[in-house]
Order: sequence, then C-alpha cells, then structure tokens
Amino acid sequence: MTDLLRIEGISKSYPGVKANDDVSFTIGQGRIHALLGENGAGKSTLVKMIYGLVRPDSGRMVMHGAPYQPADPRAARAQGVAMVFQHFSLFDALTVAENVALGMDNPPPLRDLARRIREVSEGYGLPLDPGRVVGDLSAGERQRIEILRCLLQDPKLLIMDEPTSVLTPQEVTILFGTLRQLAAEGTSILYISHKLEEIRSLCDEATILRHGKVVGSCNPRDTSARAMAEMMVGASLRAPARTATEPGPVALEVRNLSLPATHPFGTPLRAISLAVRQGEVLGIGGVAGNGQDELMLALSGEVRSAAETVRVLGQPVGDQDPNSRRRAGMVTAPEERLGHAAVPEMSLTENAVLSGTVRKRLARRGFIDWRAAEDWAAEIIATFDVRTRGTGTPAAALSGGNLQKFVLGREIMQSPAVIVVNQPTWGVDASAAAYIRQALLDRAAAGAAVVVISQDIDEILEIADTFAALNEGRLSAPRPVAGLTLEQIGLMLGGAHGMHQAEPEALHAAVPAASLPESPHVPS
Amino acid sequence: MFLLEKRPEASRLWTWGTPVLAVVATMIAGGLLFALMGKDPFLAIRAIFWDPLFGPNASYFRPQLLVKAGPLILIAMGLSFGFRAGIWNIGAEGQYVIGALCGAAVALAAYPAENLLIFPAMILAGALGGFLWGMIPAFLRIRFGTNEILVSLMLVYVAENVLSYMAHGPLKNPQGYGFPGSRNLQQYPSAHNAEVIAGTGLHWGVLAALAAVVVGHVLLNRHIFGFQIRVAGQAPRAARFAGVNPDRLVAICLGGSGALAGLAGIFEVSGPGGQITDAFNVGYGFTAIIVAFLGRLEPLGILLAGLLMALTYIGGETAQLVVGLPAAAIQAFQGMLLFFLLAFDLLTHYRIRRRRIPA
Repeated sequence: MTDLLRIEGISKSYPGVKANDDVSFTIGQGRIHALLGENGAGKSTLVKMIYGLVRPDSGRMVMHGAPYQPADPRAARAQGVAMVFQHFSLFDALTVAENVALGMDNPPPLRDLARRIREVSEGYGLPLDPGRVVGDLSAGERQRIEILRCLLQDPKLLIMDEPTSVLTPQEVTILFGTLRQLAAEGTSILYISHKLEEIRSLCDEATILRHGKVVGSCNPRDTSARAMAEMMVGASLRAPARTATEPGPVALEVRNLSLPATHPFGTPLRAISLAVRQGEVLGIGGVAGNGQDELMLALSGEVRSAAETVRVLGQPVGDQDPNSRRRAGMVTAPEERLGHAAVPEMSLTENAVLSGTVRKRLARRGFIDWRAAEDWAAEIIATFDVRTRGTGTPAAALSGGNLQKFVLGREIMQSPAVIVVNQPTWGVDASAAAYIRQALLDRAAAGAAVVVISQDIDEILEIADTFAALNEGRLSAPRPVAGLTLEQIGLMLGGAHGMHQAEPEALHAAVPAASLPESPHVPS
Repeated sequence: MFLLEKRPEASRLWTWGTPVLAVVATMIAGGLLFALMGKDPFLAIRAIFWDPLFGPNASYFRPQLLVKAGPLILIAMGLSFGFRAGIWNIGAEGQYVIGALCGAAVALAAYPAENLLIFPAMILAGALGGFLWGMIPAFLRIRFGTNEILVSLMLVYVAENVLSYMAHGPLKNPQGYGFPGSRNLQQYPSAHNAEVIAGTGLHWGVLAALAAVVVGHVLLNRHIFGFQIRVAGQAPRAARFAGVNPDRLVAICLGGSGALAGLAGIFEVSGPGGQITDAFNVGYGFTAIIVAFLGRLEPLGILLAGLLMALTYIGGETAQLVVGLPAAAIQAFQGMLLFFLLAFDLLTHYRIRRRRIPA
C-alpha cells in the first residue's frame, strides 16, 4: 500500500489556544481514514490546513512523496484534494447543474456539465437530476450535489466533514456504498465524525485527536466504540443509568396541533398528537428541517395555537405565552444556545432571570430581586458543574458544553412537571453530553414528563422510553424504544407512514436508492 | 496594516470614554470648520462652551440651559427605551408638536376661565396626543409590518402641516390682529407653566424630565420591563423565549416615547414657548436622538448629554452674536457630535491591532 498524504508534526496556534500540536499521521491510497475527536479537539483546523484554508505554523505535509503546501483551496483542488463541508453552500433558487458550475474553477458549458453530472452520479449510485431546482431537494440530495462537485474533479483525496448528520439511516447506507466504491477505485477518504458506530462500519483506520494532539490510532473494525470514545474523552465514560419507574398519569398532551409554516422555507406542523406520562421520556427523531423548530416553538409558547391543542397536567395552555406555560409546569430548552436559550452578552445571573422569574419567584410586583437571582445562578453553576469564573460571566464566554449545562440546569432546577428540550447535546463534548442525558433521566425519575427532540438517533435510543419520528411536519405514532431496530427507525424517519409492519428485508427491496421518500427543504 | 478585532466583551472604559472623545473630536473638527469659514476657532469654541456658563452675559444664558435641556432629556428618555429594544422612533418631533397642540387646545378651549384643574388637564391632553401620534407607526408596524423609522419620520411632516393649519386656523388668536399664532399662554395664569423657582429656568417640564430620568433608571435596572427591553435589543429570539410579546413591546415603546415627547411639547408651549405658531418646533425631537445616543441610552448619561446639547444650542446663539457664525454651522456642529460618537463607538466593541503584512 502506498501513502497518499503524510502529515508530519503539524502545529497551529490561535491566540490562547493550541489548535494542533505536533500532529502526525498518514493516509494510505484508497483507504478510508477516520479523524475522531470531540468538539474543539482540532479536527476542523487540521482539515482546513489540508484544504488550504489555514496555514500551519510548523510541520509539513507530503503528498505522493512531494512537499504539499496549498496556498488556498484552489491550489488544494488542483492537487486533487476535495472537500464536502458540513454546511452546504448552495443556492436554493438555482438548478443542480447551475450550482455545480458555480463551484467550479473553469465550468464547461451547462449542457455538457449536465451530461457529466448524470453520468458520474449514476456511476456512483447517487442519482441526481441536473435540471432540478435545489430548493425542492432533500438534505440528502443536497449533499449529493456537494459530493458530485468533488467527484467531477477526480479527487485523489476526498475530505468529508460530519456527512451523516443530515441523513436518514437508509441514506447513510447509500452514501457508504458510494464511499466504498470510491476507495476501491483508489481515492483516499478522510472521514470526520464523532459517530463511532459509523466509523466502525466504514473506516479502515482511525486517528484520534484530543486537545490538538494525536492521542491514538486504531483499526476501528476491531476496536469497540466504547474504547474509542474513551480515547476521545481521555476518561472512562459512564453510560446513563436509569431507574425503572412506573409511568404516572399523562403530564403533557398535544392533540391535533397544526400550524402554518412561519417562513417560506419552514415546515408546517400537520395534526401532531402525542401524550407523555410522568416519568416517561419521549424521543422525537427526524432529519433536520422536518418541523423540529416549529414543534419546539409551539410547545414553548413562542408560537401559539388553540387552547385545547396543548395541555400541561390537564390544563389547556395552547393559547398561553411561555411564562403562563412555565407557571402551569412546563419548561423548555431550545436548540440554539446563544441568542435563543441565552443572551450572549448578558451575565449568567441575567440569563438565569430569562426563564426563571415565574417558577423561582425572582420578581416581586415586577421588580427583579437581583440578589435572589444571583444566588440561584450560583446554585445552578454548583449543581450542574458549570465551569466558569462566576455568575457575572457573560454567556458567550462559556464553552458550548458548559453553557448547555447551565441552560438545562436552569430549566431542570425549576422542578418542572414537563420538560421539552431540542438537541440537548448538540455541539457538546462527550462528558458534558453524558452529564446532560443523566440529568434528564434523573428528572424523569423524579416524576417529570420529558420530551427530547434530537437528530441523534443514538441519543434517543440511549435515554428515551418511546420514539416518534417527525417527517414533513407530521409525527408518527410513538413506539416503545425497546425492541426497535435501526431499520424500523429509518422507515419512520423516511416518512413511510402506515408501513410500520413492513419487514426490514422487504424494505431493502422496496426502497432502492433512487426512490427514497423525499424530505422537505432544509433551511440552509 | 491595521486589523479590527472584535472584543470578547464590550469595553467598559470605552463605553464611557467614547462620548468624551467624541466631544473633543467635535471641538477639533468644528474648530477647523470655523477656521475655514474665516472665523477664529478658539473664540468660536469658547463662545459655544464657555461664554454661556461663565461669560459676561451668563446670568441670562444659564437659566436657558435648563429650559433647553428639559425637553431634550424628557424626549431622549422615552426614545432610549425603544432604541435599546431595536424599535426606532425617529418621529419624536411630530409627537412633540401634536402634544403641544392637544394641550394648548385644551387651554384655549377653557380660556378665559381660571381653574386649578386646567393645567393638569393640559398635561394629560399633551401626553395623550403624543401617545396617539406615536401609536400610528406602532399600529402600522404591528398590523402590516411597516417600517416604523419611515412612518414615524414622515408623520413629523404631517404634524408640521397640522401645526401650520392650527396656527392659521382653529387655534388662531381672535384678538391677534390677523397674525397667525394662538393666544400667549404665558398671559393665561391657569395655563401658564411658570418657573417653579424664578430666574432659574426650572419649570415643571424640567422636573418631569428629572423624574423621567429617575423612573427610567429604576425601570431599566430593577424592573422586569427594563430587563425585557434589554433582552429584546440584544437577542430578539431569547426575548420571545423569556415571554416578551414583541408586538406589545413595539406599542409600549412607540406609545410611551410619543407620550413623553408630547409632554415635552405641552410644557414648552405653556411655558418658554408661550404660543402655538407655525415655527413652534425647533428640532428638539431630532436633537433628542443625538442626546439618547450620546448618553449611551443610560438615564444618567442622557441627563448629562441633554445638558451638553442644551449648551451647544445656547452656545450657538452666543457664537452667532459674538463671532457671527451662521445658525447652520451650529447644526453641522451638533451633527458632527453624533457622527464622531458613532464612529468612535467602534472602539467599544472592537480593538485595533497592528499586523505585519506577511512577505
């Protein structure tokens, strides 16, 4: 086996942080190489250096035995390096072919390009109609455009940054097929992810980064996910423990909730019904942009509906504002921490006041008791192990994991009867994520009804009792998590309503790559 | 090469340092402007900033300081709440005019009756008039999503035309020998907003402005409403999460600042102004925007900024007398102050760094 790219002792510092520290590893030709690490471990910086977006401070890279130091992405592309970013850069109003042409250094005439797109995409099992408008495509199809952009350059090295976060399990299977085919043809792939099971099934080798340093490498096929996770985190992980409790009466009930889309690329909610009992955790899965945000806003009270559509402990609150719902016993934690769940420039004390005035009685006749607020913020910080200088620190100065602990701590410590969270561990490091999941389970054990909206299926399987899938604004009937297979989940996410009895084998036959049900638009 | 780098936290030093720096820069640039016009810049700057307070005719000018600062502070206090929340009432001048008209109309309707209740009724009418004029852009924004900047600004011109019509028509003094303009309220004891302490310029409107500063300070720092205002300005989505109703906030901010501008109007027309004429408004509503920003949208800052702007108004008059500066030069001078303030504001959120250009 020959080496394609050798990284030798690369270092890169930013003010106050060493993003990469003497990193060395080798990507073999035709190999699928995983780059593993928590958020902030230095994966992105490393990849940006390979793609010519950032220059290393020291160290060198060697490609095919010759020094490789791309000045910019164009130079990197000229040397055969291509990258698929986590966030797509596509224009909704243009067609597939037009979007591909825009990303090329020397685009051929559109007619030739369209033919090439069709050839290449079909050759790799990623069918795409070059004439379709991107705004009508699903997230998976959009990603195919990005991959196609790369494939049209005949890359020697394809870098993929968290490619599966927007895909259903079936789409993941298709993508993996393509990647394996590419590798077999001699293209090397650098695959960045923190989803360990995916890496185990796809990758030939793995390099693990922690705090900017290489802390290990392994063959993912014969290393357990747990062992890799512990290398990533540098500590032994404890799986969330749950105490079996008998679910109590229904605490949160949503009945026939329909809402129009709030913006042109939003998703309308269509007749959503669900019931969560005390002590029960409901996981709501779905590919991004299928109505998660809209459902969250409708539950929190930021968007209102008819009174009877949402009930907390039997009390109709559908037409109530967020504070009335808090009074009734329901708290929420939105996905976006900075700017929605917390005000970036405000101190932790002020952010504690943001949602805590009602249940913690922090205001008397409209006047805020700042001393009580500060005490409470300090209590949250202590109880939830938030690493910060103190209650006066602005929210923006906290790391993602610490701020998320603070936000969830703020909601959980209000002793709610119902707690709804959206993407509770998104962008949070593994140890903080484990802590947050445990805190949610503990709250459920204490008798709260918990709703976890998440795009991370593993997370839902880990903590939820029942699972429901959100697809195009419709919610499937909830099913117990125990006994649910990945295939069944994929079917539910794909929106094959009424096909719950379909056999997994039949699924493979019935849902080939091309005819996967289309998900609606993903706001980009 | 210089680089702008965003500060992780807004600099406290520069938050209060920029207004001082802006004043200094305005003096320098203004001095240059005056020098180019062939005037002695030092004499002009002294005429603006020194003579009104300590010059030979200071005893005449000093009371004027409070007379001018009162409406500026009162209006700016109202504006500052909306500005913090990202609700831009640019039409305080119009609300000021309508407030004055409504209050004066009450007085003129009661004339010549003498009653202790007339003055309070005028004040109520003035506040109500300003409130309703401010609620027009609020309603249009809430109902139709119009831009309150444009609507409130255009309503200033509507208000000025209403003022002109009133001065020539319904509110004209029947004993005024056909001249446009209403009766002089200073000669109508029940309606006169007289000085509380003679010779100081301290009339009821100044007291109202001071009360607005105190109440504003408490609201902003202790009350949940002030908290909501701050959240709404910094993170609108977080405000909704915290239970703030954005529409209600728009109504409160535009209506409230309109009411305060209306109050400033009625205190002015019943006191220093005396009568409704078609030249009644002199731009307090616009200058108050500068005052609000110069004072960092903080009540105490607005108090100081209001006094400073009042000084430039009076200083402008003395400079016209002493140095012979045209009135427009003074307006340019005031404009420069806002310009430099906004420019230097960059330093609050960014720092300037030197970077060596890579070879």
